[in-house]
Amino acid sequence: MTYLNSFLFAGFVCLIGQIILDNTKLTAGHITSMFVVIGALLDTFSIYDEIIKYVGGGALVPITSFGHSLIHGALSKANDFGVIGLIMGMFDLTAAGITSAIIFTFVFTLTFNPKD
Amino acid sequence: MEKKDYKKIVDKHKAKETRVQNGIVAFLTGGLVGVIAEFLIQVYSYFLDISTQDASVFMIVTLIFIAALFTALGFFDKWVNFAKCGLIIPITGFAHSMMSSGMEYKKEGLIYGIGSNIFKLAGSVILYGVVSAWFFGTIRFLLFGGV
Repeated sequence: MTYLNSFLFAGFVCLIGQIILDNTKLTAGHITSMFVVIGALLDTFSIYDEIIKYVGGGALVPITSFGHSLIHGALSKANDFGVIGLIMGMFDLTAAGITSAIIFTFVFTLTFNPKD
Repeated sequence: MEKKDYKKIVDKHKAKETRVQNGIVAFLTGGLVGVIAEFLIQVYSYFLDISTQDASVFMIVTLIFIAALFTALGFFDKWVNFAKCGLIIPITGFAHSMMSSGMEYKKEGLIYGIGSNIFKLAGSVILYGVVSAWFFGTIRFLLFGGV
C-alpha cells in the first residue's frame, strides 16, 4: 500500500511541476525553489508530517521534503534554545543530503571528464 | 491567410500533445523514483536493523550517489531530457544540477571553476529553503510553540 501511495504522491508532485514548466515561462530553477518554499509552508501547519505518515518514502523524495527537513531541524533546536535555536538547528536533518551531494560531486568532477 | 491559420491550428495541437506526453512521462518517472525510495527504505531498515527515519537518510544519500555518478558517466542528462520534471523535482535533480554545473566549469580551474559554480543552480534551492524555513519556523515557534 505504501508503494502505491509513494508512486501516486511522488508522481503527482512531478506532474504539477511539469504542468507549471510547460504552461508558464518559469524555468526548472524557479519550480524547485518554489517547491521548497511550499514544503516549508505546508509544515507550518504540520500538513507535510501527515503526508509522510501516509505516503512514506514517496513523500521524502520530492524537493518539497527538503523544506520540511529544514524547518523540522530548526524547530527541534528551537525547543531547547528559543529563537536562536532556529538558526542553530537549520541544517541538522539535511546535513547528510547536502554533505553527500558536495562530496560526491567534488570527487566525481575530479575523476570523470565531461563527454561532449 | 488560410495557410497561416492552418499552421496555427497544427502548432496548437502539436504543443498540446507533447504537453500531455510530458505530463504522463513526468508522472510515471516521478512515481517510479518514489517507489524506489520506499523500497530502499524498507531494505535498509530490514537489513541494517535501523529506524525508518535513519533509513530514509540512507536512502537520500543513495539516490544522490546514483544521480551524481550517472551524471558523471554522461547518460543521466539524456534521462533528464526525457523525463524532465520526473527527475528534476526529486532529490536526484539536486545532485544532477550540482554535478552538471561542476562538469561544465571544470576547465576554469578548481577555485573559480568548480568552487564558485557548483551551487550555481542548487544554490537557489538552499537559499530559499533556508529563508522560508526560518520565516515559517519563527511563525510556527511563536504561534504554535515549536514541534
